[in-house]
Amino acid sequence: MPIKTEEMVLNMGPQHPSTHGVLRLELKLEGELILDVKPHIGYLHRCFEKHCEAMTYPQVVPYTDRMDYLASMSNNFGYAVAVERLMGIQVNERVEYIRVIMAELQRIASHMVALGTYGVDIGAFTPFLFLFADRERILTLFEETCGARLLYNYMWVGGLSHDIHPDFVRKTKDFVQYFRPKIDELNNLLSYNKIFVERTANIGILPADVAINYGITGPILRASGVKWDLRKNDPYSIYDRFDFDIPVGEGLKGTVGDCWDRYYVRVLEMVESLKIIEQAIDNIPEGDVQEAVPKRVKPPKGSIYARFENPKGELGYFIISDGSVNPFRVKVRAPSFVNMEVFGELCKGHFVADVISILGSMDVVLGEIDR
Amino acid sequence: MKQYFINTWEGLWTVLVGMKITFKHLFDPAVTIQYPDVKPTMPERARNRLFVNMDDCIGCDQCARACPVNCISIETLKSTPDDTPGETSQGKKKALWVTKFDIDIAKCCFCSLCVYPCPTECIEMTKVYEFSEFERNDLIYKFAVLTPEEITDKTQKYDEFQAAKEAEKLAAAKAKAEKAKQDAAKKADDNPDKKAE
Amino acid sequence: MYNFLIDIFGSPVIAFFVAAALPLFLFILPYALIAVLAERKVSAHMQDRLGPMRTGYHGIFQTVADILKLIQKEDITANSIDRTLFNFAPYLVFIGSFAAFAVLPFSSFFVGSSIDIGLFYFLAISSLVVAGILMGGWSSNNKYSLLGAMRSVSQIISYEIPTAIVVLTMVMLTSTLNLDTITNQQTAYFWNWNILGGAATGIAKFLLIPLMFAAFIIIFISTLAEVNRTPFDIPEAESELVSGFFTEYTGMKFAMFFLAEYANMLAVSFLITVLFFGGYHSPFGYLGNSLGIEWLVPIEQGVWFATKGLTFVLVQMWLRWTLPRLRVDQLMTVCWKYLIPYSVAILLLVGFITLI
Repeated sequence: MPIKTEEMVLNMGPQHPSTHGVLRLELKLEGELILDVKPHIGYLHRCFEKHCEAMTYPQVVPYTDRMDYLASMSNNFGYAVAVERLMGIQVNERVEYIRVIMAELQRIASHMVALGTYGVDIGAFTPFLFLFADRERILTLFEETCGARLLYNYMWVGGLSHDIHPDFVRKTKDFVQYFRPKIDELNNLLSYNKIFVERTANIGILPADVAINYGITGPILRASGVKWDLRKNDPYSIYDRFDFDIPVGEGLKGTVGDCWDRYYVRVLEMVESLKIIEQAIDNIPEGDVQEAVPKRVKPPKGSIYARFENPKGELGYFIISDGSVNPFRVKVRAPSFVNMEVFGELCKGHFVADVISILGSMDVVLGEIDR
Repeated sequence: MKQYFINTWEGLWTVLVGMKITFKHLFDPAVTIQYPDVKPTMPERARNRLFVNMDDCIGCDQCARACPVNCISIETLKSTPDDTPGETSQGKKKALWVTKFDIDIAKCCFCSLCVYPCPTECIEMTKVYEFSEFERNDLIYKFAVLTPEEITDKTQKYDEFQAAKEAEKLAAAKAKAEKAKQDAAKKADDNPDKKAE
Repeated sequence: MYNFLIDIFGSPVIAFFVAAALPLFLFILPYALIAVLAERKVSAHMQDRLGPMRTGYHGIFQTVADILKLIQKEDITANSIDRTLFNFAPYLVFIGSFAAFAVLPFSSFFVGSSIDIGLFYFLAISSLVVAGILMGGWSSNNKYSLLGAMRSVSQIISYEIPTAIVVLTMVMLTSTLNLDTITNQQTAYFWNWNILGGAATGIAKFLLIPLMFAAFIIIFISTLAEVNRTPFDIPEAESELVSGFFTEYTGMKFAMFFLAEYANMLAVSFLITVLFFGGYHSPFGYLGNSLGIEWLVPIEQGVWFATKGLTFVLVQMWLRWTLPRLRVDQLMTVCWKYLIPYSVAILLLVGFITLI
């Protein structure tokens, strides 16, 4: 006699320890096997885009902080550059250098959270706290420079809110020195750990063509073996002056595009970011960081789409100006939101525990998905 | 078969490597601080609670307009020449009585956009970061120094002044009108021929 | 011990109850208090933190405060639970882990019950935990709890096999199931411990040493899995199943599960100590013997036993704060494809060696 079995629907989230915020996953299970996943988003919706229409251009900057709150600097950077392009402002060299250094520090900080929380998702709590302790050093650098630890409002249209702190260069160099061996330690403690490899290698494989079809960007795309990085492919600011590699997934422990690759690409990217910082930190020219800040930000009529390589992927700003002080429309192409679309595809046929490892390897930030 | 033993070896070895690292960290000094006993030091640019130096405020409303979350609300009253609010520390003449300067710190997003446009640098972000309250209303900081009596007094004064001014104006206008009338009459008297034409 | 208590109280019944309650109050409860604190402190220092600092000097009363809090807590139960099973489960889990202590020889003076099927009893009674966990998970009427309980049951039952095979190896070597006898075979110095070949002599001893090390590692791993500790804590995997089978438990019932987990950790550590590390015997001889103070010897033995047991508990904690956790199917792979073949091989090899 066949045993009658039923599908089980399991609601994971919005209050769940490892959905990285308020994501709700509707899992259709057969035992522990995933038949279908439906992500439900919108629990953190704050009407960012609509809000922008009532704000003046500089007032939008603090709001961009709150999209991907783990990479506020990068969000600021993108918005500032987008509006500058719309207005035709040319910022001076010092601003460019400081912006690049800040954005790369922010990339390291963001990846630290991604890797650390991934460890927690897999069950290793200790690397998480090690990484957070190191991230504190970056946040302290930011805090000394602009006064805030998380939501900086640092990069303005046409400049920066503060010049760098006199100690900044020295401390950043110290940090680079300090952090290099820490990456090795992380690798030994977590990346190469057999249990971790077993949990992540060959899980949630994302082939390159599927990734491209879904519009996936950022480390996830690169983990699938596609060498695509806007810092190289569509250089903005002064990224074309620096010498760095684009790490891609090679399937060292499993298949190209599996969770381990997505994890490891981030580790390698931290090394590359350190390289950029090292090259930039000694060459900061003199200058006034608020030289080009306009008294009144009032772009001419027109629209612009500008895209940037955020820690999570391609962040795009589409800004329509009607010639007034308020933007007519600010549309954000949020990398996490687009990357999230492929999630259901990746999970099918895996176990409940794998949902967590796949979600962790996507490194989504719900603040950015819902905006 | 070979893979089998490699797996076993890797499993045990990487665990030992990890254990070595955590064991080393066992003797590292803690990176945390015992927060309520030991306070973290704030850098000089720290952006925390807002403070307004009312002596310098001229009530220009620029900070309120710069705020992206509308947490500052300012109401002002024009002063009369005989009773002015005085001068700022930089010697700028104040023209307005600030009757209301409320900052709802619960709404504040600590972006410090209000600090930059201030012409007298009277609004600033301080290093105070502990300001929890039991009542939500206590988070609305009222900076205006005028008492309600003073406000009614000033309002009255201003109204009187305004009324006086109005009356003066009215009188002036009346006088002007009178004069114009007289002038016209005079003119008419001067050129009777023209009028006849 | 038991006779001594009868002498004191004059009644076998009272002596019986005292003998049963003594290890609980003398040993397990203080141990649990210390162990929970130790876990928090060890984890904190491994992560460059300090851990609890506010209750007493360096937070030494933290667990006491926690227990006080848990006692005061309201006993929240969901509406649609199976009330009988739900209420009974924590006790069953606790009984299972506590009863295992009955056969452990704490010192030559204090052996709960020196029965001839001690090892067998130990394995059997600690399996009672499975029933409790399944009851708790099922009766909670929560999907996470159910998944956790199912995982837990399959895990514990699977991992009993390598444990049992290693135990069987040791039984072959020592030809007894009595834990007290096994301990006494490893008397005197540490080279008599089973991990170093036990009482065997000549070439057999050297052949046994690597096998015993392997057997020790296997039983350590499998007992780790039996007590649901990382890397085998998937029944309560907090990042997947919230808290697994005890998601719905609050207050003292939750504390029971917690206490049972720590008691279990200690019990299996003691089992390993007895099987491989000479039980309560000192590695270098006794101070009491050399000084001629006879009553000191059992106390020393107790201290040695506790030290050895707690060392393994600390290693378990150390592992927990180092490793990620496995997935359900990988857990089974580790058990069936790795531990069991290895342990069977060890069993056969040890069998050959004991023959010659």
